[in-house]
Amino acid sequence: MIKNLQRRNFIRLGSASLLIGAASVSLPNIVRGAQKKVVVIGGGAGGAIAAKYIKKSDSSIDVTLIESNKTYHTCFMSNEVIGGGREIGSLNHNYRGLKKRGINIIYGKATAVDVEKNTVVTGMGDKFEYDRLVVSPGISLKTEDIEGYDDTAASVMPHAWKAGVQTGLLRRQLLEMDDGGLVIVAPPANPFRCPPGPYERVCQIAHYLKNHKPKSKILVIDSNDKFSKQALFMQGWEARYKGMIDWVPGTDTGGGVTSVDSAKMIVSTDFDDFNADVANVIPPQQAGEIAQQAGLADKSGWCPVDLGTFESKIHAGIHVIGDASIATGMPKSAYAANSQAKVCAAAIVASLNNTEILEPSYVNTCYSLVAPDYGISIAAVYRLSKDRSEIKSVSGGLTASDASPETLRREVQYAYSWYNNIVADMFT
Amino acid sequence: MLTDNCVACHGENGQSLGPAIPNLGGMSQTYLLGAMLAFKYEDSNKLMAAIKSDSDFKDVNPLIRNSTVMTTIAKGYTVSEIKAIANYFSDQKLFTAPQDVNLSLASDGRKLHEKYCVSCHKNNGKSSNVDAGVLVGQWKPYFLWTMSDYLDGSREMPRAMEVLVNDMIATSGVESLQQLANYYASATP
Repeated sequence: MIKNLQRRNFIRLGSASLLIGAASVSLPNIVRGAQKKVVVIGGGAGGAIAAKYIKKSDSSIDVTLIESNKTYHTCFMSNEVIGGGREIGSLNHNYRGLKKRGINIIYGKATAVDVEKNTVVTGMGDKFEYDRLVVSPGISLKTEDIEGYDDTAASVMPHAWKAGVQTGLLRRQLLEMDDGGLVIVAPPANPFRCPPGPYERVCQIAHYLKNHKPKSKILVIDSNDKFSKQALFMQGWEARYKGMIDWVPGTDTGGGVTSVDSAKMIVSTDFDDFNADVANVIPPQQAGEIAQQAGLADKSGWCPVDLGTFESKIHAGIHVIGDASIATGMPKSAYAANSQAKVCAAAIVASLNNTEILEPSYVNTCYSLVAPDYGISIAAVYRLSKDRSEIKSVSGGLTASDASPETLRREVQYAYSWYNNIVADMFT
Repeated sequence: MLTDNCVACHGENGQSLGPAIPNLGGMSQTYLLGAMLAFKYEDSNKLMAAIKSDSDFKDVNPLIRNSTVMTTIAKGYTVSEIKAIANYFSDQKLFTAPQDVNLSLASDGRKLHEKYCVSCHKNNGKSSNVDAGVLVGQWKPYFLWTMSDYLDGSREMPRAMEVLVNDMIATSGVESLQQLANYYASATP
């Protein structure tokens, strides 16, 4: 049955190309000229999805994905590695699945974009032409905003805000710390990648310490006065890690950590110096390097875009998605990047084929693991506001504050399921 | 576009890689409509009113159900979008999730299935009456949680099911749930 259908389609296609052939003698040129090229920079939660969904909805489009790492480590679920509940290898993914879909995978760093000539150059000197460019570079760390936080400091006081070596480093430092030690976690000023991330990390560190080094303490020196899922996190800290975590809001320190002395393991605010045994200093952030380099970011350091297509408001023909974009109304999360990539892919395919752009639809769901049997979540569905100024939440909610232990247990298993399904969406 | 957002959690074509988020592919349209409408309206009277107001919902059984994130997410969609979502996933292939199965429990589960469940969950659970779920290949944790929600009343059972489930628990005990979970996980579509 299936075979017959395929055969019939094949015959139809065959006769269609014959017709074109009859109408024009220069068929090869027409075909070559008709092939549209899309280049995607960055194979993370946004870029991998944009590449896949463009190819999936129109296989005639030539899609090239440029990514620096042959092995990609997801940031999401990396806090569980720090807490000891997950092996770092389980965060590793590769691009073979996308290659099989017919996407050209280029391992390299995109170093420049020529917005006039529509080309991207990589560190190896290779040049890629595009009709549409998708930039999904994630974040870059503004290490210069924290005095003394140079490369050496980052290897002593890991940020672990890009998963991989840094994640392993922070984990190792916790393993090596003596019982009774002080762990400092310093969340950056808003906006930053994964708003609940620092606080889930505090839970994961506390979980490890509680079981292995129960006399230890965690000091959270926050740059902000409130945070994502705050009431739920604080409830979890009280329920599971009572007396272990001290959270200091930004106002109490004049805005959090401003300098470090990594040789002496000192973390400083404008008012005080703190001696840490392990210091997880997370610097403020902005859009990834290539976005800065290509002039896609505004004064805020992030990239202004049309919220219905994610086309840059600075350079036409270039789309910016995920953490790097100013997606007013949505958080900088993996799911948000996934959803934005699908909206962007649909807009690009429609524009390359001169068809109507469908009404966009966006979703975000984000799980945080307080303990191995204690998960919390936030979810929202969004629509584009009429004036296109906001991706407006039309329904949103959090785990209920009176959720039963059974519900909190289920949230953990749902978090694992979300992880398995979203990475399959990205890489297969 | 609409269903592209669902697959980040429920898997491509509604084939979830688990361990707990349920497969949607191959569920009946009526079942999927029932689930989404129950999440959207939550309240029994509102759900009933919504079902009565639309002839497309004439086969939907107005049964309330609990959830974690789905009550939030379903509220973000219009009734016509919910129809499109149900249409899409009911058109996809049924998927057997790869999971560990205890064959001895599964064999007991088969007997229970034939005695209590088969009248609505037909063909060894591979197909179903219009408003019933397809059980084959479903993730075990999801099946067990659903059953426990039915039993503690946080999810509403159809009358006929209530009689059969209560009879099964009274006769064969709560371990019958594990047996059924293993049976449905072991069967192939």
